[in-house]
Amino acid sequence: MSLIELSHIAKHYTMGDQTVKALDDVSLSIAANEFIGFIGASGSGKSTMMNILGCLDSPTLGEYYLNGTDVAQLPESRLAEIRNKEIGFIFQSFNLLPRASALQNVMQPLIYRGFSLATRKTLAIEALEKVGLDTRANHLPNELSGGQRQRVAIARALVTRPSILLADEPTGNLDSQTTKDIMALFDQLHKEGQTIIMVTHEPEIAAHCLRTVTMKDGKVLRDQHA
Amino acid sequence: MHSFIESFRSAILSIRAHGFRSFLTTLGIVIGVASVIAVVSVVQGLSYSINSEFENLGSNTLTVRAHTPLKEALKGKIAKITLQDYQDIKERINDIDAITPIVTGFGKIREVKFGSQIEVSNVIGTNSNYRSVNSLYMSEGRFLTFSDEKKRRRVAVIGQSLITTLSLPESPIGEYIQVGGEWFKIIGVTESKGEIFGIDQDNILFIPFSTIQSLIGRQSSFQMDIQLSLTNLDSLTPVQKRISNILRTNHDLAPEQPDDFKIQTAEQLRSSFTSIIDSITIVLGGIVSISLLVGGIGIMNIMLVSVTERTREIGICKAIGAKRHHILLQFLIESVVLSLFGGLIGILIGFGLGSFAAAIIPNFPAANVPLWAIAVAFGFSAAIGVLFGIIPAAKAANLKPIDALRYE
Ligand SMILES: Nc1ncnc2c1ncn2[C@@H]1O[C@H](COP(=O)(O)OP(=O)(O)OP(=O)(O)O)[C@@H](O)[C@H]1O
Ligand SMILES: [Mg+2]
Repeated sequence: MSLIELSHIAKHYTMGDQTVKALDDVSLSIAANEFIGFIGASGSGKSTMMNILGCLDSPTLGEYYLNGTDVAQLPESRLAEIRNKEIGFIFQSFNLLPRASALQNVMQPLIYRGFSLATRKTLAIEALEKVGLDTRANHLPNELSGGQRQRVAIARALVTRPSILLADEPTGNLDSQTTKDIMALFDQLHKEGQTIIMVTHEPEIAAHCLRTVTMKDGKVLRDQHA
Repeated sequence: MHSFIESFRSAILSIRAHGFRSFLTTLGIVIGVASVIAVVSVVQGLSYSINSEFENLGSNTLTVRAHTPLKEALKGKIAKITLQDYQDIKERINDIDAITPIVTGFGKIREVKFGSQIEVSNVIGTNSNYRSVNSLYMSEGRFLTFSDEKKRRRVAVIGQSLITTLSLPESPIGEYIQVGGEWFKIIGVTESKGEIFGIDQDNILFIPFSTIQSLIGRQSSFQMDIQLSLTNLDSLTPVQKRISNILRTNHDLAPEQPDDFKIQTAEQLRSSFTSIIDSITIVLGGIVSISLLVGGIGIMNIMLVSVTERTREIGICKAIGAKRHHILLQFLIESVVLSLFGGLIGILIGFGLGSFAAAIIPNFPAANVPLWAIAVAFGFSAAIGVLFGIIPAAKAANLKPIDALRYE
């Protein structure tokens, strides 16, 4: 079985008397070490898709198998464990803890694993080295540039060695040079065996992906392998 | 365990991040705890000094005083210990070592005059035994003697306060003052006894028992207390019984009628005072606890604000794997730390306030903070932190990750 198996997934929002179908009967399977990009118009359901894949949100209908387990049936505490161990989430707006240094931000997910301070530090520094930011370890987020913040966020996502890296428009807030650097980092991670699922608006970024899924009105319009 | 330490660390961090706000939040607790400690320390100091006061009264001492039962008081009757009672007890009971009549002046007999100064004072007619039974010490001159009593001398022993209020010379021995219109010579000044319940114990004047009797006159019956010390401690109960019999006969009490007097040992007197003080402590403590409650609500309020402000942070933590209990613990620790911090400062301020109050009131006993009060204040603040922190913390912990992350 593949890493991710979505069958007839739907997400409905009820606003007054009308229902918005953010996702409408999506079935999809994603194998390990894929580099997949979701593209499509604004409002087509890409972010909704990512949130469900990242176990931040639950689908209204359908089944989501992650490594063979039906995630929809799991209680909140098990979902927290999955978010911690299996998934590394990267957001467009970075979402770093504002009062914690870069190093502390990267160490944060390991706290929930119950690792000792020394282990947390070693692993976090390793992850920061990987994104080339070990020299900025003690800076607060507001002392870092946008590109540097996103690298911290990537290090935080990688530090738990997740099976899936999810990124919702990771370069949406960055200039073109920084975008290139980040994408180079993604390419390298993919080469090392990381499964990457991302959302993007920009064709040049989508070009990095080996598979692109185009969304429209909550449905899969096209599913192309490069 | 590691996550507990981290929750603690991040709680401290966020309290420090809003230093002034945190301070204002704990102010309610600070004031509440400070007033609890101040009140308790003053009242306990008082009780401590009253206890030592009664220690002076020997354990072989009995006090006989009139006591009007409520039913009789409603009928307008007032019970009295009479001169006849005093003489009967004195003559018919054997084991008495010393017997002291105590007559308190009333009406005009309370007026003490020196020159143009008039002062209303506690005029007491008694005999030489009074001093030893009540552990009264002289700062100058002598106390009443047996011969003063026998010769019905017009002499007076005064308390410290009268020297100032009557503008007497610093050493007033030999001066003449008027009590109830009659001239008395000052023969002694007692040592200061301070205040009890804010009542000056030194605005007092002693004259011989026989002298006050003649001032009052034979015709009007007067009110008196009797103190007696026994030669033998074992006879305490039989003597109490015999006095009771004498008084019941003298007062014509039918068997079904209750006593219209009380015969108490020093221990019984002390315990009745202690119970008064205990109820004062409870009542004041109760009033002051309300301010702790208000402080707790203040903490809850600010914790709710804090949860709302940090909704996004909570979302981030949940997105990277925080479970309910991680978030719950963090906010709970934050509110407990806030309120314990307030409690700690409150204890210090309360102790300072109590000592200050005790110091500026002349002759007031030193403040005394019992360990239990500190423990209670500390426990109470912690409990308030948990009680009023649990709702905001649960609110934070129950947020759905996606909703928390979307929060603007
Ligand atoms: N919490 C919500 N309540 C109601 N409707 C929602 C909610 N979240 C998303 N939607 C709706 O679901 C649809 C899909 O939204 P989604 O955020 O997935 O789009 P998107 O493809 O990520 O768009 P964009 O490219 O602009 O980020 C939209 O029509 C949106 O209005
Ligand atoms: Mg989106």
